[in-house]
Amino acid sequence: MPAIELSKAPQPSFTDPAQIRNFCIIAHIDHGKSTLADRMLQITEVVDSRNMRAQYLDRMDIERERGITIKSQAVRLPWRSAYDNQEYILNMIDTPGHVDFTYEVSRSLAACEGAVLLVDCAQGIEAQTLANLYLAMENNLTIIPVLNKIDLPAAQPEKFAEELAKLIGCQPEDCLRVSGKTGMGVEVLLNEIVKQIPHPVGDPAAPARALIFDSVYDSYRGVVTYVRVVDGHLSTRDQIQMMSTGVRHEMLEVGVISPEPVPSKGLGVGEVGYLITGVKDVRQSRVGDTVTNYHRPATQQLSGYKDPRPMVYSGLFPLEGSDYPLLREALDKLQLNDAALVYEPESSAALGFGFRCGFLGLLHMEIVRERLEREAGLSLISTAPSVVYSVTDGDGKELVVTNPSEFPEGKIMEVKEPIVRATILAPSEFIGTIMELCQQRRGTLLGMDYLSEDRVEIRYTLPLAEIVFDFFDQLKSRTRGYASLDYEPIGEEAGDLVKVDILLQSEKVDAFSAIVHRDKAYAYGMSMTVKLRELIPRQQFEVPIQAAIGGKIIARETIRAIRKDVLAKCYGGDISRKRKLLEKQKEGKKRMKMVGRVEVPQEAFIAALSTGEESSDEKDKKK
Amino acid sequence: MEARADHLAFYIHIPYCVKRCGYCDFNTYTPAELQIQSSLEVISNDYIDLLVQEITKSAEVSEAKFVPSIFFGGGTPTLMQPSDLGRVIAAIKSHYTLTDDCEITIEANPDTVSLAMLSQLLEVGFNRISFGMQSALPHVLAVLDRTHNPDNVEKAVLAARSAGFKEVSVDLIYGTPGESMEDWELTLDTALALPVTHISAYALIVEDGTKLAARVKRGEIVIPDDDETADKYILADNKFRSAGLDWYELSNWSKPGSECKHNLFYWYGENWWGAGPGAHSHINGRRWWNVKHPATYKEKILSTGDPTQDSEILSAIEREEERLLLNIRLPRGIQRASLNAEQLAKLLPFVESGHLSKELWEAGQVTLTQNGRLLADKIVRDALTESLL
Repeated sequence: MPAIELSKAPQPSFTDPAQIRNFCIIAHIDHGKSTLADRMLQITEVVDSRNMRAQYLDRMDIERERGITIKSQAVRLPWRSAYDNQEYILNMIDTPGHVDFTYEVSRSLAACEGAVLLVDCAQGIEAQTLANLYLAMENNLTIIPVLNKIDLPAAQPEKFAEELAKLIGCQPEDCLRVSGKTGMGVEVLLNEIVKQIPHPVGDPAAPARALIFDSVYDSYRGVVTYVRVVDGHLSTRDQIQMMSTGVRHEMLEVGVISPEPVPSKGLGVGEVGYLITGVKDVRQSRVGDTVTNYHRPATQQLSGYKDPRPMVYSGLFPLEGSDYPLLREALDKLQLNDAALVYEPESSAALGFGFRCGFLGLLHMEIVRERLEREAGLSLISTAPSVVYSVTDGDGKELVVTNPSEFPEGKIMEVKEPIVRATILAPSEFIGTIMELCQQRRGTLLGMDYLSEDRVEIRYTLPLAEIVFDFFDQLKSRTRGYASLDYEPIGEEAGDLVKVDILLQSEKVDAFSAIVHRDKAYAYGMSMTVKLRELIPRQQFEVPIQAAIGGKIIARETIRAIRKDVLAKCYGGDISRKRKLLEKQKEGKKRMKMVGRVEVPQEAFIAALSTGEESSDEKDKKK
Repeated sequence: MEARADHLAFYIHIPYCVKRCGYCDFNTYTPAELQIQSSLEVISNDYIDLLVQEITKSAEVSEAKFVPSIFFGGGTPTLMQPSDLGRVIAAIKSHYTLTDDCEITIEANPDTVSLAMLSQLLEVGFNRISFGMQSALPHVLAVLDRTHNPDNVEKAVLAARSAGFKEVSVDLIYGTPGESMEDWELTLDTALALPVTHISAYALIVEDGTKLAARVKRGEIVIPDDDETADKYILADNKFRSAGLDWYELSNWSKPGSECKHNLFYWYGENWWGAGPGAHSHINGRRWWNVKHPATYKEKILSTGDPTQDSEILSAIEREEERLLLNIRLPRGIQRASLNAEQLAKLLPFVESGHLSKELWEAGQVTLTQNGRLLADKIVRDALTESLL
């Protein structure tokens, strides 16, 4: 058997870099990455079949359910290559598969010398995969193209081999064919990894430098930091230093994942493993940072460290006001494991006390919300997502606005909004539809290329705010789910943007304010006022609902006063019936919020704020 | 207001009808439903015996001496022989003292009365009669499934007057599917042209389990919207007032002094005894109700003498709730002084919106205006009882 018994395999800390291969798998959600990883674990016998379970490496329920990887993983796989009968150590570095986590992906890629490009041969490459492929190519990684799900009846390996060959500049026959499900071709793939991917190169005598490519909070052990050693050596009991902050830590444990943590004496050049320092907060051990030896520090950081910068903001409010302290606790806990999550207290006249939270993107936002609800048992209302605007007011003062309520009143000189470069892959029959959608969303066409005869890559610049709204949802529904999207921020641009307020009986409802393009202000105002007219029950007085830009009303609806709410008859036997009915009605009445004099049911807020996101959530889950 | 402990009003339930109307969910039975072959006369005689037994029982339980009102409802009380109905009144008289102004009412179907019968009713003690008119329009009556000929209402009312009834009332229903505003106006004018001293007018309630509810569910007929029904209420109230009939409860209007006392006892929280299947009773904060089916009722009366199905003792909060939800329906309303600060604060917007009389509010009284009467339940829920629960 080409598998090697663990105790006889090359040991961590003492492995010759020439025996090491570091690789990652680039794949779209659903294209079978986790299943392929499962087979690799089995074939290399690091997990025996008795302990095997599906999606072995996905740690969170959310990851398993939604088939996405949120955090990366690194597994040490001993392997004897059938080509030369030599022993090797393969480090498989799992990468997050979503555009929100592009930075994390880039750090995982930076820890590898090669990448397996895994594509479902019934579906072809998707936009996010393409983006990650380009990222890998920019990092000079060796790419091994692999067609998965070769066992499917709908498989079209020839067609998609052509596509891959064209993308990476190889021959179609260079594409390996595997089935993660049956294990077919997986041994060959492992041998090819050994053969094609270069081994790591570093200076064992130099001061230690290791790249942090992931950082995970564990409630028992504190923060577990995943690193790839570039130069030198890391050992237990070393004092280490984070180069971006200069902070010193005691190293309590070093080890490798195989696929459970196994402590070792240390990690040498090219090795991938974990460190435990007793730190309690992932923000002290950040992805992209360089770990060095405190007493013998390196002078030069590894390149590429960035602070995660939130792209999308939203207010999170507990449905029950009394849950506010619970929400704070849950956010504090989540932040231990999520350095990209930022939040600060916010109070809304309509929704009470909550937090303004910053996220890397919509998926990140969704995942955070879902984890808060699931892990802390909270029911939350989230306000419409907003991007980060730079607003210059009448006095020439520049403000960063992440919440419509911070938008200055009065004269505005300029508003700048974030712009992204979006890549859409789709069957060519949808070109017209996609261009129409992008045009509606203030997009500018950058270019278009055919990937194959009937598949096309379309590139646009778009305001991020347009994507955040319901772009993905629209794209999916207009292309019957065939289009895929990726985007990356490319800067800011000035836009004719205004804040639209929604007023109930002349009182502003802060939760419904939005910053939108002037051309769309009227449509937003109309849709909100109409929606609210349907959602808010009639009150004993007439309730005007208005949409306004500053002092100017742009849309108006009216909830007519309720005329009749009485049961005509009330005789002997009706009395207890009436009292019981009253008590029953009370039960349903609890969740009302007062906006001025207007009683607004909680559900109205939820429904009015879920502008198309609900359905995009559903689609995300399916995709 | 505390109930007068030595007074007890009687409600006598007659659970029989020749035919069940489509909107009716009352506890009443047709001979076909009861699967009996015997004539109504035989039923009548037997049934009255049971009522007499329950009345005898009441005298053992109640400490009351005086009876200020007896009300025969149904069902169709006029299906019983006047002499049989008289036996009930006599039974009450044998255990209690009728007050000098004791009101004795019978509900009547305009089709089933004759001058002779009306005279007999007066003879056995009745002094007030209430006819189920509902509408002057045959097409509206047809939707309600009422069988009477609208012309018979006038005949019946005139007959009652000439027989000697001083207090004559008609019941009306508005908001029936297919009833236009003009239809309703015609019904109102027809009723007001009659020599009546009292009118009850109810917005139609589609009760679950009725034939009407099934037809609405199937989409055969459409319930008019609440705004239109509200307009009909306003029209009725205006017309009644112009004709000298003032509201003394949300759905009841009368000439001065012709208010139905029996109704008022319910709303004032007085004590009353309901006799017959499914009848409800109330004495000093305890409510109970009898078994519903006539056969079960008979069996209970004959075996244990007690036909009670269940009872409840009202908590202080429940009594307060009832006080509020009943009194708000009356022109005298509720004393502001009897309410707490939270209730008053919640009522204030209704004063501002014109649903509570501002003038009376300032005089210390919580009283519904014409528009306010249409929102009585909302006011009870949102302002009066929220802080109690």
